Amino acid sequence: MGRIWSYNPGLPCAEPEIVEKETDILLVGGGMACCGAAVEAVRWAKPAGLRVILCDKAAMERSGAVAMGLSAINTYIGENKPDDYVRMVRCDLMGIIREDLSFDVGRHVDDTVMAFEDWGLPIWKTTEDGKTIDGAEAKAKGLTLRSGAKPVRSGRWQIMINGESYKCIVAEAAKNAMEQLGENGEIIERCFIVRPLMDANEPNRCCGGVGFSVRENKLYIIKAKATLIATGGAVNIFRPRSVGEGQGRAWYPVWNPGSGYAMVLMSGGKLVLMENRFVPARFKDGYGPVGAWFLLFKARATNAFDEDYIAKHKGELEKFKPYSEASVIGTCLRNHAMLIEMKEGRGPIYIHTEWALQEAMKTMDKKEFKKLEAEAWEDFLDMCVTQAGLWACLNIEPEKVPSEIMPTEPYFLGSHAGCAGAWCCGPDEDWVPDQYKEPWKEIGLYNRMTTVKGMFCAGDTVGACGHKFSSGSHVEGRIAAKAMVKFCLDNKDYTPTPKENPEELKKEIYAPWYRFEQYKEATTVYEVNPNYLLPRQIQVRLMKLMDEYVAGIATYYQTNKVMLERGLELLTMLKEDMQKAAARDLHELMRAWENIHRVWTAEAHLRHVLFREETRYPGYYYRADFPNIDDENWKCFTLSSIDPETGEWKMEKFPYVQIIPDPLGP
Amino acid sequence: MPSYVNPEKCDGCKGGEKTACMYICPNDLMILDTEAMKAYNQEPDQCWECYSCVKICPQGAISVRHYVDFSPLGGTCQPMRGTTDIMWTIKFRNGVVKRFKFPIRTTPEGEADPTLGKPDPDLSAIGDNRLFTEVADNVTPAVPEAVAWK
Repeated sequence: MGRIWSYNPGLPCAEPEIVEKETDILLVGGGMACCGAAVEAVRWAKPAGLRVILCDKAAMERSGAVAMGLSAINTYIGENKPDDYVRMVRCDLMGIIREDLSFDVGRHVDDTVMAFEDWGLPIWKTTEDGKTIDGAEAKAKGLTLRSGAKPVRSGRWQIMINGESYKCIVAEAAKNAMEQLGENGEIIERCFIVRPLMDANEPNRCCGGVGFSVRENKLYIIKAKATLIATGGAVNIFRPRSVGEGQGRAWYPVWNPGSGYAMVLMSGGKLVLMENRFVPARFKDGYGPVGAWFLLFKARATNAFDEDYIAKHKGELEKFKPYSEASVIGTCLRNHAMLIEMKEGRGPIYIHTEWALQEAMKTMDKKEFKKLEAEAWEDFLDMCVTQAGLWACLNIEPEKVPSEIMPTEPYFLGSHAGCAGAWCCGPDEDWVPDQYKEPWKEIGLYNRMTTVKGMFCAGDTVGACGHKFSSGSHVEGRIAAKAMVKFCLDNKDYTPTPKENPEELKKEIYAPWYRFEQYKEATTVYEVNPNYLLPRQIQVRLMKLMDEYVAGIATYYQTNKVMLERGLELLTMLKEDMQKAAARDLHELMRAWENIHRVWTAEAHLRHVLFREETRYPGYYYRADFPNIDDENWKCFTLSSIDPETGEWKMEKFPYVQIIPDPLGP
Repeated sequence: MPSYVNPEKCDGCKGGEKTACMYICPNDLMILDTEAMKAYNQEPDQCWECYSCVKICPQGAISVRHYVDFSPLGGTCQPMRGTTDIMWTIKFRNGVVKRFKFPIRTTPEGEADPTLGKPDPDLSAIGDNRLFTEVADNVTPAVPEAVAWK
């Protein structure tokens, strides 16, 4: 092979074939939310005679945030009340959530968890004599949630599962559902929808999506009456702590680049609380989960000198009353206490797995302890194999030595302990305040519809409604899907008519490849060419500037107005340069569009952080120029949108309305 | 680490319709070199180590060498995934070996029934707040016990 112009090529790009399809319902995504949407949509679409198409960027069996599996379901109401679930979400997200959306998740979510168990997901149970048994043994003994058996709670809202095949099982149910639609149902895997189609005749109306296959040169133009954007959160927008091959070990799925946030913005829809990010404190580097260790195995975390930093900084945390006074201190505030220790030089922070297991050993026989050890390892092997591998590489036996924990780089999501996402309609019921219905009065009150007619969201893409996790995302997909069927039935005579013609769309979507072909011979190395940027180069520049100016790890998550404004200038130039994105093959074409989505998401975040002049989420980020929580001026939602005609950003406040009475937390 | 392919074991899924690892990788990383008839990871620094390719490979040709950024060499986790269980072999850098077996599902593969045994709902219920299961079971979804703003 020659030395010049050499690289490891992906599948080759070529002039794409244009494939046009028309459907009633388009589901974009394939994770928990879309699987839920497919299951529910089919049940109603079948008697209604509606068509459904689902496009997944990957293969449904292993796509989305649950691809690897999970060791727990974090939202199961069970013996609790949905009202208290809302209180927990509200308190953890520092007082500002859409309580109508959260309540809606809480009241339906157990139905979906029981369906998972019916489909074959093993859920741990507690037997009558108080012993823990795995999900397979439980099922064999007839101990199911439906029969009233007790799941194993690792916390008030969490239940333990044997979840290696969680996604495979949930995807299988969704695929089986789609099959029941016969010719009215189609799943297109490896189809990356990159932007919404907007209606030619009606402003603010979405009429489908356009994208391409990452396997063959096909451009998909899918016209739809109702479109669900359930594409997950956003990863690798900030420079990660590991910058070599370890950058793949993102805490959240590395393949989620904020496509949903970008697509809502592109359509002129509104996003909410995009200043909110999630900075999970996890096992250092491997990013293994800490939940079971803290909640189930009762491990404690300390600074380097065995001091409990939460207790130590009780006084400091009191500054953030009432949010610091809940029975479980908010996730961001726990980070805040940890960061003080790290900044003042009393790191590393340790999670004392050895204390917890040695304590447990005192009351257990050898066999029982063996089982506990297996449970501890399964927690990683089910959802974060790397962490188990890292322990093996570092010779860490958790019963003998502690492990380091550390806050990660920032992530964006609407389903975990974060609440960035689209501004969506809630249920049209009399307990929901009129203020939350007002924005949809003109286009119709359809549950989980964005402010764009015909465009819906679920899971990570729905904002102001965090702590849904896997089960809540699945049920939110179901809620949205039912509303989408109603929308289609109410809009029977509507014919989707995209603004752009297929040739224009092809030029736009394949632009990065056309650019590469045009300029590739201007240099002897593809990677250095003054006429274009490769996707990786765009990403590196984005991650660096976000890290340095927008409160990344480089500044201990601190920023201020001047830094943000400088960051925005640099981001604006990056956006200009992105017009010169180039892709050498189909894989890079995917990466090019992912980075377009990343940059839109990043800009929304930056502008929201700039707009909110307070520090609402200490421990996630700090406005050093406004270091306190300012409930008087900022206990409100922040909304952003872009005028699709002029490209101008609009930021606005929207009042928060309390629905579930005090106390703040459960 | 990124996943890697043992060239002695990989047969490019010759007998199959599609290359298993290429089919399953959530991040579009695994790709077949059609001349060598061997698969490879085309972008190792975007690998999540999700093990989807490792678990699905019919030849057992794929392993993981953990991320060099922070993992000393020598530790490995190797799964054997069956239809009802998964077996893990964990080898430590210092030679310690641990083995674990966990259940993965309780129903035969392919048999997840999306209807959950319920009839298709009547379309007259499309305007209310019940999911299809709740319609079938005649469940009335909860409303808040008390409403603060009222």
